[in-house]
Amino acid sequence: MNPVVGVAAFAAVSLATAVIGFYGLRISRTTGDFYVASRTVRPWWNASAIGGEYLSAASFLGVAGLILLSGTDALWFPVGYTAGYLMLLLFVAAPLRRSGAYTIPDFTEARLDSRAVRRVTSIVVVVVGWLYIVPQLHGAALAIRITTGLPAWVGQVAVVAVVCVTVVSGGMRSITFVQAFQYWLKLTALAVPVLFILFMLAGNGSPAVAEASANPTALAAAGPYQNFSLLVALLFGTLGLPHVLVRFYTNPDGQSARRTTLIVLGLLSVFYLFPTAYGLLGRMYAPGLAQSGQADALVLLLPGRMVGGPAGDLLSALVVAGAFAAFLSTTSGLVVSLAGVISQDVLGGSVRGFRLAALISAVVPLGIAAMTDSTALAGSVGLVFAFTASTICPVLLLGIWWRGLTDAGAIAGMVTGAVLCGGAMLAGAVLGTAGTPPWLAQPAAWTVPAAFTVMVLVSRATRGRVPRTITRLMTRLHTPERPLVTER
Amino acid sequence: MPDSPLVAAAAIAVIALAVAVVVAVGLKVLRSFRELGTDAERATYKTLHTASRAGQYLRTGLNPAGAAKASRQLRGLLGCDGLAITDTTGVLAWDGAAEELKPALMDLAAKVLEGGHTAVIPAGELPLLAGIAGSKEARPLAAGTERAVIIAPIKASTRVVGVVAAFAPAARAGLVRATSEVADWVATQVELAELDASRTLLMEAEVRALRAQISPHFIYNSLNAIASFINTDPVRARELVVEFADFTRYSFRRHGDFTTLAEELRCIDRYLLLERARFGERVQVSLRIAPEVLSTVIPFLSLQPLVENSVRHGLEAKEGPGHITITANDSGAFAEVTIEDDGVGMDPEKLRAVLAGHGDGDHVGLRNVDARLRQVYGEDHGLVIETAPDEGTLITMRVPKSQPRHDA
Repeated sequence: MNPVVGVAAFAAVSLATAVIGFYGLRISRTTGDFYVASRTVRPWWNASAIGGEYLSAASFLGVAGLILLSGTDALWFPVGYTAGYLMLLLFVAAPLRRSGAYTIPDFTEARLDSRAVRRVTSIVVVVVGWLYIVPQLHGAALAIRITTGLPAWVGQVAVVAVVCVTVVSGGMRSITFVQAFQYWLKLTALAVPVLFILFMLAGNGSPAVAEASANPTALAAAGPYQNFSLLVALLFGTLGLPHVLVRFYTNPDGQSARRTTLIVLGLLSVFYLFPTAYGLLGRMYAPGLAQSGQADALVLLLPGRMVGGPAGDLLSALVVAGAFAAFLSTTSGLVVSLAGVISQDVLGGSVRGFRLAALISAVVPLGIAAMTDSTALAGSVGLVFAFTASTICPVLLLGIWWRGLTDAGAIAGMVTGAVLCGGAMLAGAVLGTAGTPPWLAQPAAWTVPAAFTVMVLVSRATRGRVPRTITRLMTRLHTPERPLVTER
Repeated sequence: MPDSPLVAAAAIAVIALAVAVVVAVGLKVLRSFRELGTDAERATYKTLHTASRAGQYLRTGLNPAGAAKASRQLRGLLGCDGLAITDTTGVLAWDGAAEELKPALMDLAAKVLEGGHTAVIPAGELPLLAGIAGSKEARPLAAGTERAVIIAPIKASTRVVGVVAAFAPAARAGLVRATSEVADWVATQVELAELDASRTLLMEAEVRALRAQISPHFIYNSLNAIASFINTDPVRARELVVEFADFTRYSFRRHGDFTTLAEELRCIDRYLLLERARFGERVQVSLRIAPEVLSTVIPFLSLQPLVENSVRHGLEAKEGPGHITITANDSGAFAEVTIEDDGVGMDPEKLRAVLAGHGDGDHVGLRNVDARLRQVYGEDHGLVIETAPDEGTLITMRVPKSQPRHDA
């Protein structure tokens, strides 16, 4: 692939992000314009922004790569990634918006009336965020290596640098528009090449190299346990993602939070059609990538391979731009929400503190990413979901729906989930892909129930610690609020 | 046994260690006893400690729950058989013996409550007195339960708010003295509680006073401006009256101390519309609002006074057109609102005096908003104002987006 294509695509995406970030806000001068300016973010915009922030390297590169490797088993990933929003829609979106809490630690502190719970939640949120940024940087390393031939660390440093500069310089002033733009860019970047290829194939009917149903590798198919456990992780993990939950605050009320979630479900369903198509095309026309261990690069390489010449270069540039949009949007969303948590809890909430916190939250994962090897992107993000599902998800679900939750119960449950799931992740890393038994490779099926059980039991045992304001809080979470007046 | 010397050595070591631990712990305990000091010191400590614990319970004033806990401590302090605390209408708490006297106590205390002097009823006279008091429940007391009663008034400032009654086999002079001292001490605590309560009331009143102050000037000027249109442009005059009505409805609303940024911006818009009726094109406004922060909760009427300040003190005094820029941005966990004008500005020293409350009442709006922000969000969240003479004014306000305890 032409190295200029990769660099140009990366530069264009970074520039577009920065420009929209800085100048995305409309300036109004007349009274008539005032009402336009004071309109809240519409559910469509916010849903696009959530989609933009949520679709990470795992969705953009990882899912197609996994379908190339293991076929239909990999379809559980897009199913889980999308269906998680159904859980969010049903159980969390509206009450969380009504709580008035901005971050997850804010929510747990307000709900359980305890600083200790806040601290534990903050630590868990920061760990989740860091673990989630690492695969994005691995994706960036892969994309830079494949498309330009530069050393892998260049890609990681470039993504972290762009994110830090935009966040620290206040370039995220219109973050909703930036993220919404990223969603549509990602969708276009995947859809246009794959449609082009499909039309081309329909036109000249070029024969497939391999059968789509043939397994290009000797990997054993995942058993029902693994698929079940993965689904548990993805369904419950989505509930606790810090960068996604922050976006709901942009909705003016609980009802529009629900509508936003519904639209997100639609947007994600449309999006995941395309990685699936890439995976299938890859199985038919580029099975060699699976053997050479470059499955995750399938999306980046396929357009160039199938379509030659300048058209191929253009399509490749589009896909690379989409990939970097994925790394940038997810990373910047995570960095902003992590910086919010760190600056509030550690640095006192000042403007300088926020900038420092943003640097910390971007540089630490850079260190981790540089020291670790990129494994399958979809798989490592799946593990982060398992961790979230075993820690933050139980606190949110029980906190919203069960009056009996106490601070002691919440802390005990989160620590249990973190130790069990973190232990399984460490054990899996030590044992390697081949040596890990399924119950360790996909721990969510037992760590999530364990965290819930401990949380409930300890809460029952410490019944006296239920906060006295519980009725008022629960009323606030579950009754519709006054509508935000924006029209005359 | 080849290793017996080794075993023996180990055993000796263990025993030696155990002895050392016992000696060390013993020394420590002994020393801590010695450190408690002389008998007099310990008595002082014990008395003050008991008193301060009882004081905590009385900190909310004379009520049954606090009095019940305090009476236990106070009975220990006086060393009497029973101790009761009443207010002016009934018995609040009873600790220890002689509870059979409960129905009669208020009658016994009536004189004390009225006169404010300590009453001592010697052991033998009690049944008699209880009978004389004419209480329906009064009945002769069984032999052997005869006790002396000492009733001391609780005098907070000049009123008698209750009594402390101590029951003992005999009314010793020492006990009488101590009881009236205890009653005086309770009175001090009650006064402190009243002080606390009035301080809270004061704070609430202050917040209420700070809350919504639309300036009388503005009402006067707006009505005058509207009046000037009635003949020349009756349609506009009608529109302005409606705007004015909407503005005042928002400003005078009774519920809630908080609102959303969106509603406050709406209020500012009405305000500017009315000001423009007076100033015409001399007041120009531009806005740049990030939609993410529109639903942020802010104190009620916290932006409008700032805009009014810009119009009144920045642009009114200036020749030619003036420009106000209002921005609201997402800044991490905070929403940042700025209001900038290119008017005449002001001397920073004078501004400092205004914010410290020594001003001449010109910028009461600024001080008011600053004080409320500090009260609600803490000392770090007051207004940040950058200004100099003829350099315009930039006011920045940072509000946490997360306010689960505040309803808009």
